[in-house]
Amino acid sequence: MHKKTLLDQIALLGRAGLDVVESMGRSALFLMHVVFGRDGLGSGFQLLVKQIYAVGVLSLAIIVVSGIFIGMVLALQGFNILVDYGSEQAVGQMVALTLLRELGPVVTGLLFAGRAGSALTAEIGNMKSTEQLSSLEMIGVDPLKYIIAPRLWAGFISMPLLAMIFNVVGIWGGKMVAVDWLGVYEGSFWSNMQSNVDLYEDVLNGVIKSVVFAFVVTWIAVFQGYDCEPTSEGISRATTRTVVYASLAVLGLDFILTALMFGDS
Amino acid sequence: MSAANDYAVELKGVTFKRGSRRIFDNVDIRIPRGKVTGIMGPSGCGKTTLLRLIAAQLKPNAGEVWVSGKNLPRLSRGELFDLRKEMGVLFQSGALFTDLNVFENVAFPLRVHTKLPNEMIRDIVLMKLQAVGLRGAIDLMPDELSGGMKRRVALARAIALDPLILLYDEPFVGQDPIAMGVLVRLIRLLNDALGITSIVVSHDIAETASIADYLYVVGDGQVLGQGTPQELMNADNPRISQFMKGMPDGPVPFHYPAPDYREDLLGGVNA
Repeated sequence: MHKKTLLDQIALLGRAGLDVVESMGRSALFLMHVVFGRDGLGSGFQLLVKQIYAVGVLSLAIIVVSGIFIGMVLALQGFNILVDYGSEQAVGQMVALTLLRELGPVVTGLLFAGRAGSALTAEIGNMKSTEQLSSLEMIGVDPLKYIIAPRLWAGFISMPLLAMIFNVVGIWGGKMVAVDWLGVYEGSFWSNMQSNVDLYEDVLNGVIKSVVFAFVVTWIAVFQGYDCEPTSEGISRATTRTVVYASLAVLGLDFILTALMFGDS
Repeated sequence: MSAANDYAVELKGVTFKRGSRRIFDNVDIRIPRGKVTGIMGPSGCGKTTLLRLIAAQLKPNAGEVWVSGKNLPRLSRGELFDLRKEMGVLFQSGALFTDLNVFENVAFPLRVHTKLPNEMIRDIVLMKLQAVGLRGAIDLMPDELSGGMKRRVALARAIALDPLILLYDEPFVGQDPIAMGVLVRLIRLLNDALGITSIVVSHDIAETASIADYLYVVGDGQVLGQGTPQELMNADNPRISQFMKGMPDGPVPFHYPAPDYREDLLGGVNA
């Protein structure tokens, strides 16, 4: 077996770097064609509604169930720590801030990548391997407009809404544990929350985060599906890449956004 | 432009490379208007690539591809989409849209490219499905159809807009004898009844030769031979003869290049 010299290894590293840059370039061009290509979205309203159902409504169950449990766990952990200092009334504020600022957008992003992102990649990849995308092109319909654009917009619209639903049921789950089970006084649970949660700093920043995550996760998912090798192994690799890249992107961007939003306070 | 008169499709000096491998090297092919032309060759010789070059889903590295008097590599993305309305393609898998039923699949090109009222679209779809014998399957979903039926629905969809050119990608692969017979008959019938130009890419010699007016045999990035089916059957060229008669050994060897058999077997013992 030929042993790789240091020079070979540097060359390999360089090629890997070029591949990454090339792939990023391709995905940027792809996004440009989807968003600015010919034929507006106007004709595709029905398609958009159908995709919002597939991507958003069908993800509701996992979002709601996860939201309730995460809210419940937060309240339980928070109560156990705060009760030592006699400030268990602050548990409502803690649950709300954690959910609104961090866990709502981030966990929704991760769940969305796993549930809807992987499904988008697999569906588009499958359409590519069964020549449905080629067939659309031959009928004179741009698959980027007909297949990709409605899915991209559907993800972009649905995920921030799912994150809001996640926050609401999370807070409700926290209230069930803290107030109904552990006996925190309901009045202070809500009033602490109300007085300490700021509409702009907490709620709006959380929404901005979820909008950014929605865009990135859906972009990765549709691009991986469109760019995959049209074989069963190719589709499975692309689906895995979607979940891995999207999850890493959510976590990485979360740090950057948090630093920008709350870094100097 | 001579192509505009006698030839529906004309490839001039087309070279196409995948990586460093030359799939086609300076190939000239002319497809006569209103006829069924077969393009044959062994698996992996680039027949489907040729079809995609004609459909402008791939761009040649060099050369010209003229379709209906237009040089495809020079057209913009928008002009290409417009030109493709004049072409129908029957893909190997049928490529039906899996989320639409048979009716909606055939109606799809009409809904996208025309502003016809629903009643008229329904009538046209019924006529196209009647032509392929599947009017009764109008409400079925693609996963409820057999392979042969899928291809027939795809054919009905391909002719929905009355194209000038119909491309068939391996239409006979994986079909039972009855479905094969139906497809052979349909391709000839549609060509003659609608006056379109048909291009059939296939390696099924008997079926293709039985319907084609003219044949091309491609291989090694070149056109190995061309002529009427009868001329090619009697060709002197040993490569064409091997292919047309389906002989297992000849200029295309049975064995993939390998070291000497005896040495290879004994090599393991001596090592």
